[in-house]
Amino acid sequence: MSNLKRTPIFSEYEKYGAKTIDFGGWDLPVQFSSIKHEHEVTRTKAGLFDVSHMGEIIVKGPKSLAFLQQMTTNDVAKLSPKRIQYTFMCYPDGGTVDDFVVYMIDEEEYLLVVNAANTDKDYEWLVKNNHYSDAEVTIDNVSKDYAQLALQGPLSEEILQNLTDTNLSEIKFFRFENVALSSIDKPAIVSRTGYTGEDGFEIYIDPSAGPELWNLLLETGKEKGLEPIGLGARDTLRFESNLALYGQELSKDISPIEAGLGFAVKINKQADFIGKQVLQNQVGNGPNRKLVGIEMIDKGIPRHGYAVLKDQEEIGYITSGTQSPTLEKNLGLAMIQTEFAEEGTELTIQVRKRELRAVVVKTPFYKRQK
Amino acid sequence: MNLPEELLYSKDHEWIKKEGNNVRIGITEFAQDELGDIVFIELPEVDDEVSGDEPFGSVESVKTVSELYAPVGGKVVEVNEELEDNPEYVNESPYEKAWMVVVELSDESELDELLTAEQYKAFIEQD
Repeated sequence: MSNLKRTPIFSEYEKYGAKTIDFGGWDLPVQFSSIKHEHEVTRTKAGLFDVSHMGEIIVKGPKSLAFLQQMTTNDVAKLSPKRIQYTFMCYPDGGTVDDFVVYMIDEEEYLLVVNAANTDKDYEWLVKNNHYSDAEVTIDNVSKDYAQLALQGPLSEEILQNLTDTNLSEIKFFRFENVALSSIDKPAIVSRTGYTGEDGFEIYIDPSAGPELWNLLLETGKEKGLEPIGLGARDTLRFESNLALYGQELSKDISPIEAGLGFAVKINKQADFIGKQVLQNQVGNGPNRKLVGIEMIDKGIPRHGYAVLKDQEEIGYITSGTQSPTLEKNLGLAMIQTEFAEEGTELTIQVRKRELRAVVVKTPFYKRQK
Repeated sequence: MNLPEELLYSKDHEWIKKEGNNVRIGITEFAQDELGDIVFIELPEVDDEVSGDEPFGSVESVKTVSELYAPVGGKVVEVNEELEDNPEYVNESPYEKAWMVVVELSDESELDELLTAEQYKAFIEQD
């Protein structure tokens, strides 16, 4: 028997034809029908993802804001209740502990939604760096208290609206509401967020209500073309939209500035957050390396870890790459020396034994029409 | 699972069809199902020598690359050029339209190492 962890939705996978894989210790669906099909369904109609493996950490207490200002790179003071912020925790050397979103519940309570594989590491990092008393700040790993579903794609709002009286059009991008959903007797947090580059929602609910909500959504969305989507398409969708994946575009060795995510690093904020000095220098002097998009000229697909060369010299590596289902091009993201990062620069990718030509292109590769 | 009786199979999930002194090679339905949507195929050229030790090509799905190892050694006499532009044939028709290469056998006894449909079925079921 495997000792992989299972989400509350696991029992429902089989009847939808899921093929599951070990994803960082979790038994999760990589696909239900086919990655290309699921990708297209999400771009043109709507897809439902079980993302219950994501971690949830609650930071609570009167000093929560001050504490989070020290721990994270974005400016938490800009949040107001029911708003959400994308941010990072960094190491003193600027490397990334994790990228995640912060939900402001109220002045004294914040919900951090973090990468599954980083949950324990993040929790320990927060606890280790918390110098406040229990009366001032408490930190709890509450990941087991939530099932999380992502409903993504242009028809998401129409579909979800069938299940609630809350006017979903009033939940703007990166905001959330507490919502009552149809026959489900547990309250849900519904945010307009996602990881696909499409409009859509993420829904947090008590694990006991997870399977019911999963089935209810698929039933009510069926006539609109809603289908369950696996991790394979989740990855190609986020890749086309240039949304970073921790472990590839970000890591303990890659700073958010190098990854081109400076919009969520507020180097001028007053709090002396961890990594500030190094990140300030990277912004001031420009980072030595940079994340760029590349498109293959020769036939071949760039993959994570392949070397990037210029004039026979190694200048970086591919962080993510695939054949883009929407654009039908062989594309990659590459961390390379800044001097070669200009659009139009021709590079060589070491695709196993072959050296193939590629060119630096603009990202994101895909942007939805609004 | 479709496993034609008249074919031989390798533990690397290739099928082998004997045609006189040549063999036609492709990947099995099981293999394409494991890989998912095939988006790119790299094949050798006519006259290339292939052997089991060196990959002779690769099949790429959206997520992964899978090297192709020749189940028998010999010289490539025919390559399915159509696959390059139609990699989805591997998913749609693994035993017909998606044959990959025809190899002229250098040592016919190598065929004895291969599995029958029944043996291959047992092999993938225990896996």
